[in-house]
Amino acid sequence: MVEMVNRPYERAFEAYAVAHPEVLCLSADLTSSCEIDKFRDNHPEQFLSLGMAEQNMLSFAGGLGMAGFRPFLHTFGVFLYRRPYDQLMASVAYPRRKVRLMGFLPGVTTPGGMTHQAIEDIAVMRSIPNMTILETGDATEVESICEAADSIDGPVYCRVLRGSVPRLFDTPIEVGRMRELALGYDVLIVTAGITTEEALRARGALEAKGVSIRHLHLNTIKPFDAQALLDHIGAVKSGVVTLENHVTEGGIGSLVAEVMADNGVGKRLVRLGLKDTYAHGGSRPYLMKYYALDATALVAGVEKLLAQKLGITEDDLVGARVEAVHSNVKAEGL
Amino acid sequence: MTRPNAKTTEEIALGIRRRVFEHAMRNNGGYLSQACSAAEQLAWLYNEALELGAPTLPMVPEPFGGVPSFDNPTYRTGAGYNGPARSDLDRLFIAPAHYALVAYATLIEVRRMAPEGLEMFNKDGSSVEMIGAEHSPGMEVHNGTLGIGFSTAAGLAWARKRKKETGKTWVFMSDGEVQEGQTWEAIQCAAHHGIDNLYAIMDVNRQQCDGAMSSVMEVGDIKTKMENFGAAVVSIDGHKLDEMRDAVQTKHKGKPLIILANTSPFRGMPTLQRRFPRLHYVRFKSENERAEMNHDIARALGVEPIDYGRAH
Repeated sequence: MVEMVNRPYERAFEAYAVAHPEVLCLSADLTSSCEIDKFRDNHPEQFLSLGMAEQNMLSFAGGLGMAGFRPFLHTFGVFLYRRPYDQLMASVAYPRRKVRLMGFLPGVTTPGGMTHQAIEDIAVMRSIPNMTILETGDATEVESICEAADSIDGPVYCRVLRGSVPRLFDTPIEVGRMRELALGYDVLIVTAGITTEEALRARGALEAKGVSIRHLHLNTIKPFDAQALLDHIGAVKSGVVTLENHVTEGGIGSLVAEVMADNGVGKRLVRLGLKDTYAHGGSRPYLMKYYALDATALVAGVEKLLAQKLGITEDDLVGARVEAVHSNVKAEGL
Repeated sequence: MTRPNAKTTEEIALGIRRRVFEHAMRNNGGYLSQACSAAEQLAWLYNEALELGAPTLPMVPEPFGGVPSFDNPTYRTGAGYNGPARSDLDRLFIAPAHYALVAYATLIEVRRMAPEGLEMFNKDGSSVEMIGAEHSPGMEVHNGTLGIGFSTAAGLAWARKRKKETGKTWVFMSDGEVQEGQTWEAIQCAAHHGIDNLYAIMDVNRQQCDGAMSSVMEVGDIKTKMENFGAAVVSIDGHKLDEMRDAVQTKHKGKPLIILANTSPFRGMPTLQRRFPRLHYVRFKSENERAEMNHDIARALGVEPIDYGRAH
């Protein structure tokens, strides 16, 4: 059973911000929900409440960036780009302000439905010139996200996990470098964020059925090292399966597809994720099962790629993690 | 402060209208009405209200130098026409970027840009863009979509206050911007955070793209609304310089100061009234109208009609 880490962002942000006084903590009325309430109480001089007014917050942050501050904006991912998209473009992205957009509750990691689920954020952010995109997949990546984001010479959008987060890795994020989690030769699996844990659950069962898995975890989605991906694709026989906590349009499945198409790679690709659909509210395990984003769905994706049934059952998937909808480590339901 | 050895603010305002008129005649149209309403405000800002250092960019604007990107590290904004970004100096954002023609005319009148700069207006490859961009003379940020300017200025002003900089941060705004919700977000934010080194002057000409604001979206009593959102507000006649000079002295501790400059969109060019309520961008409907306007406005401004030849 993997180690679970409670509220890793809370400690990580405080440690980083205290050491870097030019970092400012901005909140849009989701302070405890984004694990910065203790920071607000302990370091009020470095904290700015911007209220439920995201359009102003994005442009205001642009103004702070002009003066050499590096604001970290904390709210749910959707609220960083859907409502204030124009302000994001004009005040942050175009002028390359060093604004760090810390987007919590990526994809289906929220019991709130469509209004809270950032399911197309990667697609949106990928299309914005000058934007960097990072995604956290475990507690270690959450612990290193502040330093990674703040190393970017320009704006950066981060998909941040909160609450009880598993520790899967023991090294921090290295911006631009994908994690090579398995180096098999039959199928390449590409995951990011919470889907990496699902792939780890599925991998053992797949290997037990004789399928050799190569597994990459992406924490840097833009910019992207296409050559490294091509090398891995070249090393497997049958093709690629991507699994993402996002719609399959414009996310990491599209990213892999673009790299393959641009380079004339004639291998099969199965893209798993939300299929041109919104989700509704519910627990993460429920939503991941309902929308086919979990280990079982990944096994089915590999079977589709290989055009054969492997006879893997739910019981074969190791380390199932069951989390209460309203965990004690969350400040509130949302 | 009033600069010695320079034109008076009244002369600069007249010069702005003359330059914009000349440009509009030669190009068969332009933002004439904005020059009518805003000439005194921009003349006053540049000639009296703002503390600006000497320009840091060439008087004749350089061509468009590409957009900001990792691969274009030499990118620069047009802020250098307002002087250097020094802690003791003021900064100005032109929030309604379609006032760019009027702003460029002002830069020329106050000798921060060469007259040739206006000849590059809206020409392909030029930085003197029709809708002022970050890299256009006198601009420092993109404000082409309305409502962004005051928020950005609030962030900059907060940061400058934190850094104990003495320079003020100013915004030239337009009244149509109060239709955007972001304006109200920004005012309540600036008031909440006590950002009192933030100043705005708003051209309240009651006009917007589709016509008179009263017909497009009535906004009511702007002064009361702004005060309720936490700003210190002074309403003045936007063509009277003494009222501007008095207004800016208003005490506003802990609050941004917003000067509502109530203006006429025909000021100095009364014949434009014939085009009411479509004044946003005046394009002449016929050669006859162009000739008439040329004659009438020239007379009102005290200049000879423009010899625009066959150019369109």
